[in-house]
Amino acid sequence: MLDIRNINKTFGIGTVNEKKALVDLSLHVNESDFITIIGANGAGKSTLFNAIAGTFLTDSGEIILDGKDITLLPEHKRAKDIGRLFQDPMLGTAPDMSVEENLVLAAGHGGWLSSISSDDRKKFRDTLSLLDMGLEDRMSHPVGLLSGGQRQALTLIMATINKPKLLMLDEHTAALDPGAAEKVLALTKKIVEEEKITCLMITHNMQSAIDLGNRLLMMENGNIIYDISGEQKQKLKIEDLVSMFKKASGKDLDNDRMLLSTDDTQ
Amino acid sequence: MSLDSILGLFGTSAELGLITSLTVLALFLSYSMLNVCDLSTDGCFTFGATVGAVVAISGHPYLSIVAAMAAGMISGLVTALLQTKLGVNSLLAGIVVNTGLYSINIAVMSGSSILNMNKTETVFTKMKGLLGGTFLEGYYKIIVALIAVVAVIVFLTLFLRTRLGLAIRATGNNPMMVRSSSINPTFTTIVGLCIANSFTALSGCLLAQSQKSVNIDIGSGILTVALASLLIGNAFIGVGKKIPFRAIGAVIGALIFRIVYMIALRLDMPAYMLKFVSAVIVVIAISAPYLKKQFPTFKRRIKHMTSKGDRRDA
Repeated sequence: MLDIRNINKTFGIGTVNEKKALVDLSLHVNESDFITIIGANGAGKSTLFNAIAGTFLTDSGEIILDGKDITLLPEHKRAKDIGRLFQDPMLGTAPDMSVEENLVLAAGHGGWLSSISSDDRKKFRDTLSLLDMGLEDRMSHPVGLLSGGQRQALTLIMATINKPKLLMLDEHTAALDPGAAEKVLALTKKIVEEEKITCLMITHNMQSAIDLGNRLLMMENGNIIYDISGEQKQKLKIEDLVSMFKKASGKDLDNDRMLLSTDDTQ
Repeated sequence: MSLDSILGLFGTSAELGLITSLTVLALFLSYSMLNVCDLSTDGCFTFGATVGAVVAISGHPYLSIVAAMAAGMISGLVTALLQTKLGVNSLLAGIVVNTGLYSINIAVMSGSSILNMNKTETVFTKMKGLLGGTFLEGYYKIIVALIAVVAVIVFLTLFLRTRLGLAIRATGNNPMMVRSSSINPTFTTIVGLCIANSFTALSGCLLAQSQKSVNIDIGSGILTVALASLLIGNAFIGVGKKIPFRAIGAVIGALIFRIVYMIALRLDMPAYMLKFVSAVIVVIAISAPYLKKQFPTFKRRIKHMTSKGDRRDA
C-alpha cells in the first residue's frame, strides 16, 4: 500500500542548527496494516508523517502510495488519499463553521457549485449518531463550541468519511482528558478495524502501542530501529520495549512522558 | 426644515448607503469570510468607477456594469496572485495594487483626473426613463442601488452555501483544514478576492454614474468607511447569525453610517470630517471588544494598588 524508499530530510542544511530528521528511511506498509509508532521526542516520528503527507518535500528518496508516485505531489492533492489527525484537536476543523458545513467540506463529493442535499444530511446524521456524543442533534452548531474530545471525534469522522488509503494519527488523543481520550481511541479502533483502513499511529503511550494494531515501529535518530509484528508483537511487554530501546540507542529511555504513561489504563 | 427636505436628505443617505454597501458586502466576503484585509479596495473602487464611466460614455450603459465588475475581478486577481504565488504579504499586496491602480485609473480616463457624465446615458438614466410618469419616478436612484444590493446578497447567500463557498469560508478560518479536505487554499483565496473586488468595482461604478462624474479621488478612504459600516452591522446583527442575516446586517451598517453622518452634517460638522469620523468608528469598533476583555484586569490592578495604599496607611 505505502512504499517509502530511502527518504532523507535534513533541516537547516549548512547552519549550526542542521538537523538530520530522517536518515535513509525505508518502510513498506501492507494493505490494512495498523501500525503503532513510538520513539523519544525528536526521533523523527512527526517528521515522517509530514514527509508522507507532503507538508514539505523530502531531500531524496521516493514515496509510493498505492502504486502512485506521490514524492513531489503537493499536500492538498495527497490529502485525497491520506487522512490525518493531529494532537491539537483545533487543527482539523473550522471553528466558525457548523458541524454540517465541516462535514460537507470533508465529504467533498460533487462539483464546486454543488450544495448539500437532504441525502447528505441524513448520511451525516447517521454517521454522527455512531459517536454517541449527541452531535447529530447539533449539526448547525459552530464546531468552536464543541469540546476537544468532540472536535477530535468529528475530525476522525471527517478524515474517514471517504475511506482514505492511509490514515495517519499523530498522538491524536494526547491533548484530551482521560475519559475523552479513551472514547476517541475506542472509536479509532472501531473505524480502522471495520473499514480495514491502513493506519499509522504515533503514540507516547506504550501500552496502547502494544495493545493496538498488528505491527509496532520504534524510531530513533530519524530511522526505524525496530519493526515488530505478528506473534512477536502480541507477546511484547513494556519492559521489553524499554530494554530494546536501551540496547539500540545505548541510553536509557529517559522520556518521562513515555514512562509515566505506561501505567495509564487507556 | 420642511418634511420634504428631510425626506430628501434621507433619500440621499439611503442611496449613498446602498451604493457603498456593495463595498461593505465585498469586505464581508474578503474581511469576514476570507480573513484578508484587502487594502486595494480604494483603488479598485476607483477602477470600477473609471472603467464604468469610460464604457458608459462610449454609449454602452449596461455593458459599463459588466466591464466595471470584470475590471474589479482583474484587480482582485492581481492582489491574490501577489499574496499566494509571489510571497508578498497580504497587506502589502493590497497597498502595492492600490498604488499601481492610481496610474492605471488616470490612464483609463486618458490622462485626465476627472470625467464628466452629465449627458451620458447610464443605468440610472435608463431607470429614470423606465419609471417616467409613475409614482416611483423620484426614487430611480434608490431602486437601481437596491436592485444591485439585493442581487449581491442573493448571490452571496447561495454562493457561500456551495462547496466552493464553504471552502472560501474555511480558508479564512483554518487553512490547514482546507488543505486536508484536498482543496488548495491558494485557489479559494484567488476566487474569493476576485468576487469581492468585482463587488467593490460595481460599487464604484454605480457611485460615479449616480453622481454623473468620476474623479481620481472618488474611492479614497472608502475602505475605512466600508469597514466602519461592516463593524456597525456586526454590532447590530451579531456575528454568529446565518449568512443572509449577516449580509443584510452589513447593508444596515452602511445605512446607519450614512444617516449618522447626515445628522452630523446637519449639526454643522464640516463635510471634510467624514473620513476622520469613519476612522474613529473603525478604531472604536475594533478596540471595544478588546478593551472590554481587558477591563477586569484593569479593575483588578486598580483594586490592588488602592488596597496596597490602604495597608501602608494602617
